[in-house]
Amino acid sequence: MADRRYTKSHEWLTVEGKNVTVGITDFAQAQLGDVVFLELPAPGRKLSAGETFGVVESVKAASDLYSPIGGRITAVNEKLKEHPELINSDPYGDGWILKLELTGELPGDLLDEAAYKKVAEA
Amino acid sequence: MLAALGVSSMDDLLIDIPRSLRLSALELPAGLSELETMAQVKSLAARNRVFADRLTFRGGGVYRRFIPAAVAAVTSKPEFYSAYTPYQPEASQGTLQAIYEFQTLIAELTGLDVANASMYDGATAVAEAAMMAHIHTGRNEIVVVGYLHPEYLEVLRAFSEGRGIKVRRGTEPNSKTAAVVFQQPDFLGLLVDAAGLTANAHSLGALAIACVDPISLAIVAPPGEYGADIAAGEGQQLGLSPSYGGPHVGFIACRKDLVRRLPGRLIGSAHDSAGRRGFVLTLTAREQHIRRERASSNICTNHSLCALAASVYMTYMGADGMRQVAEVSFKRAHALAERLAALPGWEMAFPERQFLNEFPIRVPKASAVLRKLARKSILGGLDVHRWFRELKGVLTFACTEVNDARALDELVEALA
Repeated sequence: MADRRYTKSHEWLTVEGKNVTVGITDFAQAQLGDVVFLELPAPGRKLSAGETFGVVESVKAASDLYSPIGGRITAVNEKLKEHPELINSDPYGDGWILKLELTGELPGDLLDEAAYKKVAEA
Repeated sequence: MLAALGVSSMDDLLIDIPRSLRLSALELPAGLSELETMAQVKSLAARNRVFADRLTFRGGGVYRRFIPAAVAAVTSKPEFYSAYTPYQPEASQGTLQAIYEFQTLIAELTGLDVANASMYDGATAVAEAAMMAHIHTGRNEIVVVGYLHPEYLEVLRAFSEGRGIKVRRGTEPNSKTAAVVFQQPDFLGLLVDAAGLTANAHSLGALAIACVDPISLAIVAPPGEYGADIAAGEGQQLGLSPSYGGPHVGFIACRKDLVRRLPGRLIGSAHDSAGRRGFVLTLTAREQHIRRERASSNICTNHSLCALAASVYMTYMGADGMRQVAEVSFKRAHALAERLAALPGWEMAFPERQFLNEFPIRVPKASAVLRKLARKSILGGLDVHRWFRELKGVLTFACTEVNDARALDELVEALA
């Protein structure tokens, strides 16, 4: 998808107007290995860009999740509670994590696919 | 040895220690044989005043109870007794299963979904429960309602201080309250409105933490029944001797959705590659090992041998046995309360409140009463004024199944 953007901390986001969907990248899920649990916030909470909003736990590691933008959480992927493995099998689709309503502007440091690829390969 | 280390004398070896800090001579008496040592220790021990269990009427969190011989027979097996952190599933199925049984028994007793492998004692169990509530709700205040064991409160305050959590004794939680903590029955032995306190906490989005007496759960509603989120308590009464206050065992149980906040370790049941049932360490919060800056708890151990004693006790006594213990204790305490309250100048401190096997009674000259009883080899009640200003002259007396009918007579006669 051309309009997917990325962060250096391995989250992805898509933007439709004010509505932003967030997940973790294919590279991130591959590095983590089998995801077994996600600790996620409740809808309604406001996040600022770069704020920790949860934890993804795999058989190998537990890592913080960071919000790529400032906004209010409008939805949390409830399917992940029972099926955390969706993060591995479909990171850009059914494995989405949060939907947010953007507050203000998109941060300037988001990466496009080519730039993220360089980060992932570094 | 010195030559192997490349130094020529002891002085050279100790060169890094300033001379002023070194011992010049150890003035120890000549060695004693084992026989002589035992004789000396026995003569020292004989100077202790030891109150017989049956003539001990002091509780306050630690109780004399009958301990079946089966408890020591199991806990003294070297496989349990001497093994240290044996958690490799391929080598330690017995230990892991024993812990799993403890968790199951505690979950059943408290009526909650899941219990951990044990805590140090009741005080740390309550404090850890409060930390769970703080992390879960993101709120910074703990409200302690009524008479929580004062030493538990002290430990709770110590845990809270470094995390910027405010601990407040009061009755009313508010929207900043992470949890309401209450003890059932309370430190004085009185029953509290656990269901009402729980509902009140929930109405403000706070968790309800019930500090409970495990024996009492055989005859009063367990926390799971009135909707408490976390139950914590002291397990000494389940097969452990008072022994100067420890080692004892704490327990903590919670609703399933709080399981990730549960401190310490949890043993789970699983199947091996051949499909056989087995037990493994599971769901130990990652935070405690690899994300310590985010941990809700830094407890990485438990009191396994004490928890094993508790498991043997509960299994051996069974539901009927525990109910019988609780009922006998209840009856003895009520019989005693009636007789003590009839003594001149004695009166129940809270006559409108109900109790199980411990009760507060107001007496003329508390310290004189305790001295008088001690002279007759009876350990009287606990003077709770030491912690609570409003309880001047109040002693709490406890009865268990070991205080036989004749012991009650002796106590009352000693006071007449």
